[in-house]
Amino acid sequence: MAVATPQRSAERAAAAINQTAPSRSGGERAFAGVLFFATIIGVVVLAVLLIDILLDGLPRLNWQLLTSYGSRFPEQTGVLAGISGTFSLMALVGLMAFPLGLGAAVYLEEFAADNRFTRLMEANISNLAGVPSVVYGLLGLSIFVYVFQLGRSLLTGALTLSLLILPVIIVAARESMRAVPRAIRDGGLALGATRWQTVSRQVIPAALPGILTGTILGLSRAIGETAPLLVVGALIGQRASTAPWEVFDRFSALPIEIYGLIGRPQAGFRESAAPAAIIAMLVLLLLMNSVAILLRNRYARST
Amino acid sequence: MEQTAAARMRPATASQQTGPRAETSQPRSSAAPAQVVFDVKDLSVSYGSHVALGGVDMQIHKGEITALIGPSGCGKSTYLRCFNRMNDLIPSARVQGSMTYHGEDLYARGVDPVVVRQRIGMVFQKPNPFPKSIYDNIAFGPKVNGMKVDLDEVVETSLRRAALWDEVRSKLSASAYGLSGGQQQRLCIARAIAVNPDVILMDEPCSSLDPIATARIEDLMRELQESYTIVIVTHNMQQAARVSDRTAFFTTEVGGETDDLRSGRLVEYDYTENIFKNPGDSRTEDYVTGRFG
Amino acid sequence: MAAHAGGESLLRTVRPRRGEQAIVLTLKACGAISILTTVGIVAMLFAEAAPFFRQIDPRTFFLGTTWQPFGSDPNNFGVLPLINGTMLVTLVAMVVAVPLGLGAAMYLSDYASQRVRAVLKPTLEVLAGIPTIVLGLFALTFVTPVLRAVFGTDVQIFNAASAGIVMGIMIIPTIASVAEDSMTAVPSGLRESAYGLGSTRRQVVLKVVFPAALSGIVAAVLLGFGRAIGETMIVAIAAGNLPTITANPFSQIQTMTAYIVQAVGGETPRGTLSYQSIFAVGALLFLLTFTLNVAAQRFVRRFREVY
Ligand SMILES: Nc1ncnc2c1ncn2[C@@H]1O[C@H](COP(=O)(O)OP(=O)(O)OP(=O)(O)O)[C@@H](O)[C@H]1O
Ligand SMILES: [Mg+2]
Repeated sequence: MAVATPQRSAERAAAAINQTAPSRSGGERAFAGVLFFATIIGVVVLAVLLIDILLDGLPRLNWQLLTSYGSRFPEQTGVLAGISGTFSLMALVGLMAFPLGLGAAVYLEEFAADNRFTRLMEANISNLAGVPSVVYGLLGLSIFVYVFQLGRSLLTGALTLSLLILPVIIVAARESMRAVPRAIRDGGLALGATRWQTVSRQVIPAALPGILTGTILGLSRAIGETAPLLVVGALIGQRASTAPWEVFDRFSALPIEIYGLIGRPQAGFRESAAPAAIIAMLVLLLLMNSVAILLRNRYARST
Repeated sequence: MEQTAAARMRPATASQQTGPRAETSQPRSSAAPAQVVFDVKDLSVSYGSHVALGGVDMQIHKGEITALIGPSGCGKSTYLRCFNRMNDLIPSARVQGSMTYHGEDLYARGVDPVVVRQRIGMVFQKPNPFPKSIYDNIAFGPKVNGMKVDLDEVVETSLRRAALWDEVRSKLSASAYGLSGGQQQRLCIARAIAVNPDVILMDEPCSSLDPIATARIEDLMRELQESYTIVIVTHNMQQAARVSDRTAFFTTEVGGETDDLRSGRLVEYDYTENIFKNPGDSRTEDYVTGRFG
Repeated sequence: MAAHAGGESLLRTVRPRRGEQAIVLTLKACGAISILTTVGIVAMLFAEAAPFFRQIDPRTFFLGTTWQPFGSDPNNFGVLPLINGTMLVTLVAMVVAVPLGLGAAMYLSDYASQRVRAVLKPTLEVLAGIPTIVLGLFALTFVTPVLRAVFGTDVQIFNAASAGIVMGIMIIPTIASVAEDSMTAVPSGLRESAYGLGSTRRQVVLKVVFPAALSGIVAAVLLGFGRAIGETMIVAIAAGNLPTITANPFSQIQTMTAYIVQAVGGETPRGTLSYQSIFAVGALLFLLTFTLNVAAQRFVRRFREVY
């Protein structure tokens, strides 16, 4: 509706200049400046945030923080429980979400007929991407903790996060499969390969860099998620490390430990230990994103 | 999805209009009539409500090269894709009429398009190698078809037959994307040969190649003719005249202003010599002599 | 090979491809998980919130002005203070994010050079990828002190404004990218015809591109709105846990999401009224964000239909 009369709006714009012609260039420049400011302010805040965190956290970032459990003293506390928990979660989430997301993407992109069920599935995925993460936490609490009786365990946390990042992986995988030329599929099918043979041996390998990048992006989203883990009962200040196979044990995670530090009354926790742990988490995120980029480049070169 | 295409197939309605057929004029050299590979009767293809090609009758003979010529948009590619059921992959495409392969209805219920494509290979207009090594490109077909063969041997013979072996023997594990366009197209032909098909369909295989590469592919086609039946779409009159045994000329009948009413027709099908030297239809003559718009 | 082998079919499958059928079914099942997830969310919210509404009159819940869910007085389960808190923070966030996000979209679509875009867009994406717990700490330990320095100690330590501002910054990339997509999709012919008539760039952007991309822009704002309502950690850390009805952005409040986090913190046992209240609030939250998302998708689809 709003775009019904583009031609006329062009004319209206042209009519408008005749009235504003005199002060045009000043107004033009000011407007461009305002838009630039709007764009750059996010970048500025990002810079301020990083500097603030670095200034607060760097002095406290040491080996001890990374290798010890929580303590009553801000100078002695550590987030090992969170680090081990986050690594275990990531291993499990990757193991579950990658095949599920890829499977769903392959189905939708390569096999699904254009019918109501397919459209329902697609609408669903975009809606799920907009569901607040805390609601996923409630899903985990109700279904995994109580209905499936998994308790407030590592497995519950991993299942919850997997569902949370599935839409991210599905969308990325579909996009990179869509970028594989149709001629590749036709070439495979014309040789008497079945659809699955063509997809599994030609399309997926060709799309793999994009699929992996999407998965890593999904995983980095999962690393920072706090609310759903709090809701399913991640343990703040757990005094044990978590291994990926201890699926029925209580667990913590890096953001959970950070949340715990922020909530402590003494300023030392909030103002230096928490920023230090945040630096560790951001470095982890940075590493994962670098791996994603490297992987993509390496793969692109070899084919 | 592929099964439903067969179900969509309707028996041909009584044909009001018979395509011109002039096969009986004069056999070129061999005395015995060649065996019929494809027998096409009143075949039409539509995309949605648009009939792209209507009422085609034609027989394609074993061991021959059959050329399909005609102006752009007259339905040559559409027709070619009927032979190996590639049209099944286009959701809006519907094939009507009958087409048999060695006497067996290609579109009968129960016919498996995958098996069809194992016997009837296809080479596309633009070279479309897989983003893999040269070796893997050739080995893919035999592998997925479950052929119990020595892959190294198949790769070598296919490349030799496609006249590519000498150029790539030292870099079989290099990416196929590193080859030139002409080499890529010969790789695609080698890939098609590797599954040991009966028929090879080629849709303007030389259109993206230079004259030298084109000449090599034409030589190759004549060599392959000894073991395969070949159907080729081409826009190049000389090419059709040089390589083919028979030629089919299609044109577009304009039924009205809109694209929906334009539909491809087979005008004339005959020995290539006749089509070029002694066409039976004035439209054919205009086209092959270049007097066609 | 070509010879017709006496009546035997050349074209039928030798054996049915059961393996392939099984694989396709498996893939379909993977896709169905997305539907199961939605069904699961709706079902569990309904099942867990139903007992709540058997004890608490829905009128009390939706119209009550006191939220003290850890006692047992059924009159103290009025959700309005939480809605007020959510809306107050969201309002602040949208006041920040809508002008800045749309400004950034205009800049990226019509002003920035290819090179500048190539730097700014990924940088904004980094902003969107910062974990919200980090933003929460930033709001509490950086933005709040700044606000207190400017506006004095009327600004409470935990307040809606600081959480809202940071949330607004967080949402800029969402709004900017969706709006920019729709503005770049406006056919260049429209722009050229306006330039041809002598319009300046500002006039083209404001009077041609903006109206032409309006439904995409509405979608962008709705998506941002939905994200703001559902955002949890920033408010849980910086906006406080005091359910109040107030219009003062400098006072402490509690949002729906923050309540959920606060209430599960004590590992509230299942079957209690407090446990059920978490799901009642969660259901309301889901309903709100779901409606916004569906509306946003409508607008996106309408935009795609036009171009
Ligand atoms: N996938 C498709 N969907 C809808 N219509 C199609 C499709 N493919 C082809 N057509 C239509 O069918 C008609 C015939 O197309 P076709 O590609 O078979 O022509 P052609 O003779 O091969 O032309 P060219 O010489 O340019 O390759 C055209 O009008 C075309 O628009
Ligand atoms: Mg064609």
